[in-house]
Amino acid sequence: MTVVPDTPAPPFRLPRPIRLIGGTALSLAITILGLLLVTFIIGRVVPIDPVLAIIGERATTEQYEATRIALGLDEPMWKQFAIYVGDAVQGDLGQSLRTRREVSEDIIRYFPATLELATIATLFGVLVGVPAGVLAATRPGTWVDQIVRIVGLMGYSMPVFWLGLLALLIFYGILGWVGGPGRLDAGFSMMFELDVPQRTGMILIDTALAGEWAMFRNALSHIVLPSAVLGYTSMAYISRMTRSFMMNELGQEYITTARVKGMPEWRVVWVHALKNVMVPLITVIALSYAYLLEGSVLTETIFAWPGLGSYITDALFAADMPAVLGGTVVVGVVFVTLNMASDLLYRLVDPRAR
Amino acid sequence: MTLLSVKNLRVTFDTEAGKVEAVRGVSFSLGRERLGIVGESGSGKTMTGRSVLRLIRPPGRIEAEEMRFDGIDLMAASERQMRALRGQRIAMVMQDPKYSLNPVMKIGAQLTEGLRLRDGMSAKAARLKAIEALEAVQIRGPERVMEAYPHELSGGMGQRVMIAMMLIPNPDLLIADEPTSALDVTVQAEVLSILDGLVRDRGMGLIFISHDLRLVGRFCDRVLVMYKGRVVEELEAKNLMNATHPYTQGLLNCLPRIGGNRSPLPGLDRAAEWAE
Amino acid sequence: MATMTEWLRDPSPSSRLQARLGQSYLAWLRMRRNPLAMVGLFIILLLLAMAAFAPWLATHDPLTQNLGQRLLPPGTPGHWLGTDDFGRDIWSRIVYGSRITLYIVTLVAVTAPLLGLMIGTVAGYFGGWVDQVLMRITDIFLAFPRLILALALVAVLGPGIENAVLAIALTAWPPYARVARAETLTVRTSDYIAAVRLQGAGSGRIIWGHVMPMCLPSVIIRVTLDMAGVILIAAGLGFLGLGVQPPTPEWGLMISSGRKFLFEQWWVATMPGLAIFIVSLGFNLLGDGLRDVLDPRSSGK
Repeated sequence: MTVVPDTPAPPFRLPRPIRLIGGTALSLAITILGLLLVTFIIGRVVPIDPVLAIIGERATTEQYEATRIALGLDEPMWKQFAIYVGDAVQGDLGQSLRTRREVSEDIIRYFPATLELATIATLFGVLVGVPAGVLAATRPGTWVDQIVRIVGLMGYSMPVFWLGLLALLIFYGILGWVGGPGRLDAGFSMMFELDVPQRTGMILIDTALAGEWAMFRNALSHIVLPSAVLGYTSMAYISRMTRSFMMNELGQEYITTARVKGMPEWRVVWVHALKNVMVPLITVIALSYAYLLEGSVLTETIFAWPGLGSYITDALFAADMPAVLGGTVVVGVVFVTLNMASDLLYRLVDPRAR
Repeated sequence: MTLLSVKNLRVTFDTEAGKVEAVRGVSFSLGRERLGIVGESGSGKTMTGRSVLRLIRPPGRIEAEEMRFDGIDLMAASERQMRALRGQRIAMVMQDPKYSLNPVMKIGAQLTEGLRLRDGMSAKAARLKAIEALEAVQIRGPERVMEAYPHELSGGMGQRVMIAMMLIPNPDLLIADEPTSALDVTVQAEVLSILDGLVRDRGMGLIFISHDLRLVGRFCDRVLVMYKGRVVEELEAKNLMNATHPYTQGLLNCLPRIGGNRSPLPGLDRAAEWAE
Repeated sequence: MATMTEWLRDPSPSSRLQARLGQSYLAWLRMRRNPLAMVGLFIILLLLAMAAFAPWLATHDPLTQNLGQRLLPPGTPGHWLGTDDFGRDIWSRIVYGSRITLYIVTLVAVTAPLLGLMIGTVAGYFGGWVDQVLMRITDIFLAFPRLILALALVAVLGPGIENAVLAIALTAWPPYARVARAETLTVRTSDYIAAVRLQGAGSGRIIWGHVMPMCLPSVIIRVTLDMAGVILIAAGLGFLGLGVQPPTPEWGLMISSGRKFLFEQWWVATMPGLAIFIVSLGFNLLGDGLRDVLDPRSSGK
């Protein structure tokens, strides 16, 4: 891509995006394998006998042996692990002891709710966090900067479940501005299950596709609070990082160039500097999106949100290890994938790295 | 006819360690001529140049008895007036195009944004004008350069783009702050001659900031020698060899000469009283 | 006193100790000018005092139930923060809860960095495939969201305070390993390590006696920055009922028991949450101030 006229032609290589994606995929595969190894080990040292958990205490010795062999527990460890990995790759994460369904089936059912919540929370975090960080960076040391800093630190310091309870108490219990726990009012819940085709599992999209606008508004009033609570943490993170990236960019020489050209301040900050800030910020946003998965475990418990977080905690209390570990694997895989995708995106967005 | 007059300019930085004075009472005036400002790094020459544009970032502060550009009082001008001046009438070329061009914007976008935003030109007209400007700095294949990102250009090419960008509005005064010192020696001369030609043709005033006394002597009409924030000597370029101040002589003597003797170059003397 | 500060400010220290102390003194001076960091430090000192003097600060026994005085609102004489559903004084429970919080934080702050240090220094010191394998493992642990891995671990180990600490420590070490490895790489090739090796010291002794102490400062800074996160995760585990078991007055657990009465008796859940929030804010403020002081890049505004 160089414009200097007399450069020798480079030797043939695969196009850079393909090489990048290839390397990332390999790294991803190794990490996921490690992830599976960790959950496999956790699953084997668990003091709950998986055979007894399935057949119950009163089964005969023959039944016990048969199930044991059916589960492959008589095989050597390495072979068990190989089978575990093979199954996991094909999407088989075992059977939930609690729901008696395939864990993967359960996760497909619960995951969209979490995805919806985390997406709206991230939107909230970006739409508030980026401008707040930029404002703070352009006025360092002023009260605007202090407020952004303190609000951000508070976001880091608040237990998300406590914030959720407080928000529920104030905005639902006292003020009544928003819907309560759950994704819909009880009246709509049945209707949603029966009448609305669940194309994506995400309630806002499904109701909108079906044209059920009353239900859509109700769902919106329910999702506002949990997503704002969840988004607050990521807002704190994003505003902080934006501020520090922005401070760095505003000290660069090309900013002086833009000013020499007589560009108004808003253009210097929001176009010239922000374009450069967006490059590292992409990683930050992807990371905060991944952390929301974690925050969702506690938030979903508070708001009775039927997502992956609730699924894992419910399984935990039912000592349903296949479900717990399956859920953990899925969250881990999503987490790793987001991480690597952000890395990839970073390199594709930055013209210098292309 | 005076284009710019500066009297008793001071630039002060309030830091944790106390006040640091980068420029301490510099005065000069300039017509449509070429003024060189020479000094070591830290002598305040860059700060002097940027003060004229009022582009010193806090905690830096500019003070001056007088700073007038073409009859406009720069100290009293509003930020809005300053912006109008900066874009149209005073321009600046900085040291290293690697840092002074926005790394994530295409060259075309950076060249045309002034035309489009201030002059309200259409995308097409602005593009034509930008290409014209690139041709004026002798860039071949300007269409291709318009689509490139700064890191895809060589240093010399980048600096030519920078010059083109700054000369698009046809300013009255150009401040060139070490415009060639980040470039390879082989392209320095080329970039300089382009700059020289354009400044001459358009009859602008030029402030040429450099640490290279000989270069400035060749290139400018008049030279200011700065040391620790003060002007220690002002003289006509043609009289450079007859400089009286020991610091100027020191700067002259520490350059190697072809055919000169090969004994080690003398170090620079820095007597404390010159800074007084 | 004056000679003491002079000794500390001496620009040409005569011993390594004096140089170090002088550095810390300057850092302290800079930090003292940051009001937010001082607030953080004050909060943490308050927490320490609260834990130390719990028996004198508490107005009631934290465990004694008094069903006649259930769910009294804040401001009731004798129970200024109110009582919970078993008639226990919330203030006294918060006071004693500070001990539990401090216990968890201290244990994690000792075990996780130690584990990280060992893995990081070994990886950095030996390099090659040892480094490859250990860092790959570190990356894998980093790949899990912390709370979820802690949940899975507690599920295996069973609930309880020690198991919660173990689970948190097992999820908290990877960043320390990274820091320690980076530090080790810089000291590994230094002359004094070579000198120790020439004296015949084995790898174990070099790592333990000479590499690890060099990594300690950066690890300790990292610990301060991490403490707020540890408190929040511990509280989260407690809230889910996977950490400390009732009737122990742990703050997260107290919130979860107050959840049932959120809309009628809001204070039962709110008060312990406020305690968690204040303490973790204290650690964050202090950590933030420390970072400003110790990281020259961010302080140069």
